[in-house]
Amino acid sequence: MAPRTESPWARFRAEFAESRLAMAGLALLVVILALGILAPVISPQNPYDLAQLDVMDSRLAPGEKSADGRTYWLGTDDQGRDMLSGIFYGLRISLGVGVASTVFALAIGLVFGLVAAYFGGWVDTIIMRVVDIQLSFPAILIALILLAVLGQGVDKIVIALVTVQWAYYARTVRSSALVERQKEYVEAARVLALGQARIVFRHLLPNCLPPLIVVATVQVAHAIALEATLSFLGLGLPITEPSLGLLISNGFQYLLSGKYWISFYPGVALLLTIMAINLVADQLRDILNPRLRK
Amino acid sequence: MLAYAIRRFGQSLFVLVLMSFIVFVGVYAIGNPVELLVNPQADEVERARATAALGLDKPFLEQYWVFLKGAASGDLGRSFVYNVPALDLILDKLPATIELAFVAMVIAIALGIPLGLVAGLKPDSAIGRGIMAGSILGFSLPTFWVGLVLIMVFSVQLGWLPSNGRGDTLAVAGIPVSFLTADGLAHIAMPAVNLALFKLSLLIRLTRAGTREAVLQDYVKFARAKGLPQSRVIGVHVLKNILIPIVTVIGLELGSVIAFAIVTESIFAWPGTGKLLIDSINQLDRPVIVAYLLVIVTLFIVINFVVDVLYSMLDPRVRLGGAAASH
Amino acid sequence: MLRFLRLALAALAVLALPAATLAKEREVSIGLQAAITSMDPHYHNLSPNNSMMLHMFEPLIKRDANQKLVPGLATSWKAVDDLTWEFKLRKNVRFHDGSPFTADDVVFTLKRVPNVPNSPSSFATFTKPIVDVKVVDPHTIVFKTATAHVLLPSDLASVMIVSKLHGEKASTEDYNSGKAAIGTGPYKFAEYVPNQRVVLKANYGYWGGEEPWDKVTFKILTNAAARVAALLSGDVQMIETVPTADIGKLSSDKRFSLVDKVSNRVIYVHLNQRSDTAAPFITGKDGKPLAKNPLKDPRVRKALSIAINRDAIADRVMEKRAVPAGQLLPDFFFGTSKKLKPAKYDPEGAKKLLAEAGYPSGFAMTIHGTNNRYINDDKVAQAIAQFYSRIGIDAKVETMPASVYFTRATKGDFSYMQLGWGTESGEQGSSLRSLLATYDAAKGMGVTNRARYSNPELDALITQAMSTIDDKKREGLIQKAAEIAMADTALIPIHYEVSTWATARGFAYQARTDQYTLATGLKPAK
Repeated sequence: MAPRTESPWARFRAEFAESRLAMAGLALLVVILALGILAPVISPQNPYDLAQLDVMDSRLAPGEKSADGRTYWLGTDDQGRDMLSGIFYGLRISLGVGVASTVFALAIGLVFGLVAAYFGGWVDTIIMRVVDIQLSFPAILIALILLAVLGQGVDKIVIALVTVQWAYYARTVRSSALVERQKEYVEAARVLALGQARIVFRHLLPNCLPPLIVVATVQVAHAIALEATLSFLGLGLPITEPSLGLLISNGFQYLLSGKYWISFYPGVALLLTIMAINLVADQLRDILNPRLRK
Repeated sequence: MLAYAIRRFGQSLFVLVLMSFIVFVGVYAIGNPVELLVNPQADEVERARATAALGLDKPFLEQYWVFLKGAASGDLGRSFVYNVPALDLILDKLPATIELAFVAMVIAIALGIPLGLVAGLKPDSAIGRGIMAGSILGFSLPTFWVGLVLIMVFSVQLGWLPSNGRGDTLAVAGIPVSFLTADGLAHIAMPAVNLALFKLSLLIRLTRAGTREAVLQDYVKFARAKGLPQSRVIGVHVLKNILIPIVTVIGLELGSVIAFAIVTESIFAWPGTGKLLIDSINQLDRPVIVAYLLVIVTLFIVINFVVDVLYSMLDPRVRLGGAAASH
Repeated sequence: MLRFLRLALAALAVLALPAATLAKEREVSIGLQAAITSMDPHYHNLSPNNSMMLHMFEPLIKRDANQKLVPGLATSWKAVDDLTWEFKLRKNVRFHDGSPFTADDVVFTLKRVPNVPNSPSSFATFTKPIVDVKVVDPHTIVFKTATAHVLLPSDLASVMIVSKLHGEKASTEDYNSGKAAIGTGPYKFAEYVPNQRVVLKANYGYWGGEEPWDKVTFKILTNAAARVAALLSGDVQMIETVPTADIGKLSSDKRFSLVDKVSNRVIYVHLNQRSDTAAPFITGKDGKPLAKNPLKDPRVRKALSIAINRDAIADRVMEKRAVPAGQLLPDFFFGTSKKLKPAKYDPEGAKKLLAEAGYPSGFAMTIHGTNNRYINDDKVAQAIAQFYSRIGIDAKVETMPASVYFTRATKGDFSYMQLGWGTESGEQGSSLRSLLATYDAAKGMGVTNRARYSNPELDALITQAMSTIDDKKREGLIQKAAEIAMADTALIPIHYEVSTWATARGFAYQARTDQYTLATGLKPAK
């Protein structure tokens, strides 16, 4: 039990550090973030600069040397791209895409879900029917339409992922908010004639958050995997600027032929990233959850 | 209750019409089906003929109107590619997909809720942590990758399971199902596991989170203090109170499993609607895409309706239709 | 003791045989990469369908493995004059139901072809030139055309003859259900499940002799990895279009054998010349638009061609399953010129040409290509971009699914379009006419000329060739046309795709240039 005199921040730190697993996750996440941010500095090659690639070096096994004597520690892909550099750069894009799309989707979904649950009636009806439509729209069709209309790019992929995911949050939020709305504290806030926005965001929101954080942390991972799937279907990022997902799906076709490294190492990187995010998020959720306070 | 059902039905009709319009606009924006269907060697005359044959020569709104009129009488149009009624094509493939989805969901629920309970009741034990770490695997690897690895191990290396297709089916009430034959089970095992993996992880995590909260609530503490057996505390008091978010997510996921088993179905060549959908999208077979999405929306509406009814049963504080909000 | 050991070894060897050879002996399963959309031979002119139809139905003239025309239901044919063709039909041929094949069935087929409702791609293109048909006797038939139509035999090789008896009232559904799917071919209809499988049974009374298989099952395995996995696990005995990634592994595995053959499909680049001023997706390196369209300058086009290292693409990207191209068809086809070799890789020369044309420091350009249509299409586009980055061009790559790509390419949205073209007729004249003749919808010229390249000299030669019945003379004209087009770099040929089939041990497949997968070409290995 933390002593009362500590500041909230110190208590927060102490609580977080209670779990060694979470600390390990945090350390891993810091390393991964650093690798992603520093990718241009530490990568042996700029994998997005086509002039630095040589197709004659394609599909070299880990540890093999290029024509000009450089060693590819994790091998190369089908374009002669150094896998190590590809992974560093890919981390950047995948994390960026995953986090950005989740944050936007979460924000949009949260607002609509809360509003629908709080106001009920026709507001609820309209929002939930739009959610129904959105949820039954396949991601691949949305991505294809956006590709045809807007073209290719990281920003377009984020738009596609947000479009696909916001409704999911809206529905989840609404279902917990429906329960919360009936509780005494909301009633009490109403009786006190607090503003509606204040009730929704200061009272309803914090109590709906815990289940949402579970879904959201899983969804960051899911967004990254979904981006990989879209890449697999040919609807993802530009192939000359691969994310981890795109690297994996490029390597996918070499799985049966024994050239495992093209998809194995990016796969490991993706796994570690997602694991780190989730270890940290699990602990955060437990600390932040008002109902888990001992 | 009845009034509520009728109102929901009316809203659903509106959703269906809006949905079909969006798909029409969307497919129109993607590209011209004639470009893909007509033989590249064909001349301009043949192109014009094909465009007319598919009804694509009419103005956009007229095409939509023709569709609406047909839809009102139950005709959702004919597949551009297969020249059979789009609805028949879908209903033909739907049982295979629904079966796959159900088997996957059963796997996910049967494993996910117990594992999640264990992880939630013993969050600091090795087992609890192990389950959580394992669940991360389930959603961090792309489905297509896991699918192929399954095939490599169980079909290619070990030779235990067939790599593709549906296998023998038995007709139950006229609907072919494969989980009643050994051959069918062998065929469905890998795609179902592949599909279940993500849902399984999600359920484990949701159940764990809910359980952890529930055990700290007063009524659970009280039930324990009363000396009720552990099994009853968990089975009745804990489980009942964590079910709401779980039911929501199961409802959502069941829908999405049925609708978008695209990747799994194409890797395992499972003859369901997911594979049909991706092929139709690739060929811009608009009638099939539209009909497919309408079928799926209808399915979603039914599932959502059931989920909402379940809420009201699980938690008396939630009343149907949101009409209970007394402002 | 030694004897026992030998016996034991032999027993072990038998046990170690792959599952494939233990499958029922006269049954075989084949994995296909694309869906068969109909069992109606006149509904959808699409390669996978046409290939499937050849099992149950036959055209008057067939194509052999090199797309040379050989007798089918007709035993001989000749042009009586520029507008008249006489065909002698094969005698003693019976349909699957036992009814005899006669000239009436041919007449009926020609009548049916343009009248199949809802056909998304009709075979009428092939029958349209025939304006009149005369039945001389049950086994002699005469076709009249309005203008000299040199491709008539080749066109008729694409038209399956159906039975008049069963076809008269039949709709596409009746063919799909098998009711009307009655032809003269070596296999009979057994089952058709759209997007899933086609099952055929042997036609024991076939005029051409019996086939080695009682039953053939075609499974649709669109996903390449799934197709390979099905072969590896013994679920099918042959697959088509082996992904290049798996060729190395399969060819070193004793349980399987690979066959390949250069195909009639060329991968090429169209360079948008619609406008003199602006070219979409081409700018200066600073992002500002260029004063004029650089692709109008033949020097720039040539530079873009010689900057590509075709050998490296064929060797590394295509893993040797491509042959560098110098024209639109490999040079054993009709109308190809032996003088046209693939452009030599010369980055220095390319830089010089660019400088001469007024672009000493290059420009910026986006390469557009498909990513699900041709073998390794997106990888080829990336490799080309690599080569351009070495001659000072800032090349970006955008790839997309065919459903989005072709509509935009046809509209002229792209400048540098990577495309593919398979020549079904097996002669270069029709390809030149479709891809490089000046666009003129009314005359059927340049219908697929997405670049809007235009060269009057080339047009004149193509027009002349297409009305010259004499094969020798026509071939000379087509060759000359091809040489003119390639000297002007009217388009950039990259390579010819090599099609690959893999079979389990104990099977042998006769590889074909038209990329068709035929059970009739699959035999037990000797």
